[in-house]
Amino acid sequence: MGVEGIGARVVRKEDRRFITGQGRYVDDVKMVGMSYAHFIRSPHAHAKVKGINSTEAMKMPGVIAVLTGQQIVDDKVGNLICGWAITSKDGSPMKMGAWPAMAPETVRFVGQAVAVVIAETKNQAKDAAEAVVVDYEELPAAADVRAAIKSGAPQLHPEAPGNIVYDWHIGDEAAVGDAFSKAANVVTLELTNNRLVPNAMEPRAAVAHYDQAEEHYTLYTTSQNPHVARLVLSAFYNIAPEHKLRVIAPDVGGGFGSKIYIYPEEMVALWASKKVNRPVKWTGDRSEAFLTDAHGRDHASKAEMAFDKDNKILGLRVKTHANFGAYMSLFSSAVPTYLYATLLSGQYVIPAIYAEVIGVYTNTTPVDAYRGAGRPEASYLLERMMETAARQLKVDPTELRKKNFINQFPYQTPVIMAYDIGDFHASIDAAMKAIDYAGFPARKAKAKADGKLRGIGVSCYIEACGIAPSKAVGSLGAGVGLWESAEIRVNPVGTIEVLTGSHSHGQGHETTFCQIIAERLGVPISQVSIVHGDTDKVQFGMGTYGSRSIAVGGAAIVKAMEKVEAKAKKIAAHALEASESDIVIENGEFKVTGTDKAIALPMVALAAYTAHNLPDGMEPGLKETAFYDPTNFTFPAGAYICELEVDPGTGKTSFVNFVAADDFGRLINPMIVEGQVHGGLAQGIGQALLEGAVYDDTGQLVTASFMDYTMPRADDLPSFQLSHTTTLCPGNPLGVKGCGEAGAIGASAAVINAITDAIGNNKLEMPATPDRVWHAIHG
Amino acid sequence: MYETNYHRASSIDDAVAQFAKGTDSKFLSGGQTLLPVMKQRLAAPSDVIDVAKIKDMIGIDVSGDTVTIKAATPHYDVAQSDAVKKAIPALSSLASEIGDPAVRYRGTIGGSLANNDPAADYPAAVLALGATIKTNKRSIAAEDFFKGLFSTALEDGEIITAVSFPVPAKAGYAKFPNPASRFALTGVFVAKTKAGDVRVAATGASQSGVMRVGPIEQALKANWAASALDSVTIAASGLLADIHGSADYRANLVKVMGQRAVTAAG
Ligand SMILES: Cc1cc2nc3c(=O)[nH]c(=O)nc-3n(C[C@H](O)[C@H](O)[C@H](O)COP(=O)(O)OP(=O)(O)OC[C@H]3O[C@@H](n4cnc5c(N)ncnc54)[C@H](O)[C@@H]3O)c2cc1C
Repeated sequence: MGVEGIGARVVRKEDRRFITGQGRYVDDVKMVGMSYAHFIRSPHAHAKVKGINSTEAMKMPGVIAVLTGQQIVDDKVGNLICGWAITSKDGSPMKMGAWPAMAPETVRFVGQAVAVVIAETKNQAKDAAEAVVVDYEELPAAADVRAAIKSGAPQLHPEAPGNIVYDWHIGDEAAVGDAFSKAANVVTLELTNNRLVPNAMEPRAAVAHYDQAEEHYTLYTTSQNPHVARLVLSAFYNIAPEHKLRVIAPDVGGGFGSKIYIYPEEMVALWASKKVNRPVKWTGDRSEAFLTDAHGRDHASKAEMAFDKDNKILGLRVKTHANFGAYMSLFSSAVPTYLYATLLSGQYVIPAIYAEVIGVYTNTTPVDAYRGAGRPEASYLLERMMETAARQLKVDPTELRKKNFINQFPYQTPVIMAYDIGDFHASIDAAMKAIDYAGFPARKAKAKADGKLRGIGVSCYIEACGIAPSKAVGSLGAGVGLWESAEIRVNPVGTIEVLTGSHSHGQGHETTFCQIIAERLGVPISQVSIVHGDTDKVQFGMGTYGSRSIAVGGAAIVKAMEKVEAKAKKIAAHALEASESDIVIENGEFKVTGTDKAIALPMVALAAYTAHNLPDGMEPGLKETAFYDPTNFTFPAGAYICELEVDPGTGKTSFVNFVAADDFGRLINPMIVEGQVHGGLAQGIGQALLEGAVYDDTGQLVTASFMDYTMPRADDLPSFQLSHTTTLCPGNPLGVKGCGEAGAIGASAAVINAITDAIGNNKLEMPATPDRVWHAIHG
Repeated sequence: MYETNYHRASSIDDAVAQFAKGTDSKFLSGGQTLLPVMKQRLAAPSDVIDVAKIKDMIGIDVSGDTVTIKAATPHYDVAQSDAVKKAIPALSSLASEIGDPAVRYRGTIGGSLANNDPAADYPAAVLALGATIKTNKRSIAAEDFFKGLFSTALEDGEIITAVSFPVPAKAGYAKFPNPASRFALTGVFVAKTKAGDVRVAATGASQSGVMRVGPIEQALKANWAASALDSVTIAASGLLADIHGSADYRANLVKVMGQRAVTAAG
């Protein structure tokens, strides 16, 4: 490891501009002649749009246009797509209703746009929006899954009878039936996985520009994957052909999944920029973010687990209803199926698993991937199940887990995933040691004497990251490949640009990716730049989500580097009159091994570009590209243990300790990894204790601002104790697994297990607010 | 935000005069309530009269058995004031728990009382301590000032200039914050006057805003001790219920926070 190579705790290069307020976000983009968009949104959860009258609005100062859903339809702009086809049990394809970017006929959730005002200023657009008269005929709404699947429930889309998008299953039902018939004990559990609002710090925004002379579009947008945005905007929405559309995602202030999707507002801004022949800016406010950013989670599940007389797991049966909201968002269909049910084996040998997932439309904001996406839901279900089982079987929860851990790798689960490597005993042992698990009963007794209820809760998670082998996901219905690309440009002076299809919106790629180069070449990271987020610069890429950037994007960088190094070695060997196989790279120099003959990288680069003295037949230049497609998912795993106290008088939870022992494979920058884990834990704990999107029966979002939606604050969280155990991932050249989602996946079960342990009542839903905990204590 | 006319008043009289000129005027003090509402276009005053820089409206005065806090004094000043800490420590500690530092630097006691949010902290202190609200026209007893959710005895154009608190023998405040907004999900202020009377007020709990809590007052009159409330039951009827707390939970909080307030009061 060099000082700035792999494993070094290098300070983040990007932070200087962020901390000094010099980040450049979409809303910072200003263009000559720029106009402003303001959307007119439905106040109803379900209604017919009978008419839109903009006569008065058009007379107001500064108004350029009022555009409606009907015009979007007339211009043949495509409906929003869902990019992963799921097939129901009965072999039928999923049943989807159309989602136009602005509703021409029917609105199906509060906040859905019906029209947009374009004006000279933002305030003028807002003023005029109030003068647009929309005639709604209200329809009855189904605001949650229970209401939506009742017979006689309001129907959202004619294409989906009973509001059922799909009724999917995985695993072997007969084998599970068999397992249960042999069971000595069966443990059952019903739970919901609460709906969350992502709340990235930066709201979504778009600046769209149509250049009439070139018939060319530019879109600045808050995206985690600008190339996917360009592909979808051109191939499916027909707004602009790919070669006439440049999508730029500059600094992006957090995404957590919510900025994967190509939303109506961004589409409309792009379309409108041609219609009004002016650059159009739209910047969402926090209220719009609450109503329109894709929400996360929202499952209701029943689970049963069968054990033999030695407490070995025989089988698992799960039935889940997943709430999709009013429309199928871009990757929504995959989240409660292939990103959820395939992880239901957890860290355990479960010989038979059968899961059914019913996807349901409701009159709520669309739901899609949010940090962890399906895997937190699986982990929460399974880890609450293990704790519930331990209590029912009267064994220590860590013992029950250890008894059932997978010990042999590779391990083929009954639900598709083949775990390549891991050491689950190592992580639980590390976590137990860190929290002094053995000393807990004494601490609990002491707390009791002080009038406090103390509890401890364990969660052993596994996730499938490094998303994903293209062929595998293609066979499961994905509409895209999930490889990544990298291009390495060594400039004539020896500085290096790494162009990557990954996108950094908080992850620290500008530092981590440079460390990979520093490790290989021995150059300082200041000599390397990371270029990303612009479809005109980077040829193609699949973006950042699913903890894929280092495992897939990083691997692509390695592959491209191998090509660069191979060519550079040839040039060096030629210049040094040595054999290519004798050349080694050290401290930025190409050396002939065992001699003092060396040539520095800048000289090699210069030679490549002057081309005065290259080996015969060699092309000039030093630039290579690689597309890397992983052969498997990666499987980060770990053990979290939470110790906390509950105040019986108020039901308030206070943390005593929270320990995390993660196995992420090789760590490129441990400091950045810790930051990722901290953020993930905050979101996992937020889900467990604080966050929950609540709709009333009419489909109004009750938690539509921070006054009612509890975002975790620093003082809500404990000081985390992190540690790492390591098994190197055999599937990629870096041995990395990814670390971005782990905290959000593993934390919530540990917290709820600890509270239910403290209060002696297992019936507790998330978020475990003081009110809920108090009721669980006092009945 | 809609367009509005901004005036910075130089004196209380000037503020009243400016107010009268507008068609739909509003006083602006710390702006911590009014400005967010205006930004969301939920309020559209024709004129905004800023009272926060009027010299006669800022400052804290302790004389004899009375603490007088002028209306435009920010929460931060009350929280930091040595005089208040000495005379009525429960009041400075209440102020230190309002919102976050940014809110405390700007938000004022006059604005808080005029707004009378059912979950605001100051109304509990004002009612329990039997404070007097001074306006440009009159003095209003706490009892007569609060008129239910977001409504007060203030007339149109009437301006709060100061609040005066009699110094109690003992007082304590215990707040259980709403997890999201951190306003009071329920806060209870207990006070024992120098004459030996006991007054207890709860905020955040009742459907009709800040309220006196009779059962707790009686129990504490008999025995000023947290344990005196062990056998008290608070009725859930008439209490607020929302996603953060059911009525029976709030009823429990009135009692538990009452006990903690007594403990804090010593
Ligand atoms: C994030 C946040 C958290 C908060 N948390 C809490 C909390 O925990 N507890 C709590 O109690 N409060 C809380 N508040 C509210 C805060 O205390 C405000 O300061 C207070 O409600 C209003 O005071 P202001 O000076 O800002 O008034 P403004 O916003 O300026 O005015 C509020 C209203 O009072 C009127 N008004 C102002 N001054 C006078 C006057 N002198 N005479 C007559 N009318 C007047 C105005 O016309 C307006 O209608 C919070 C606010 C925010 C933004």
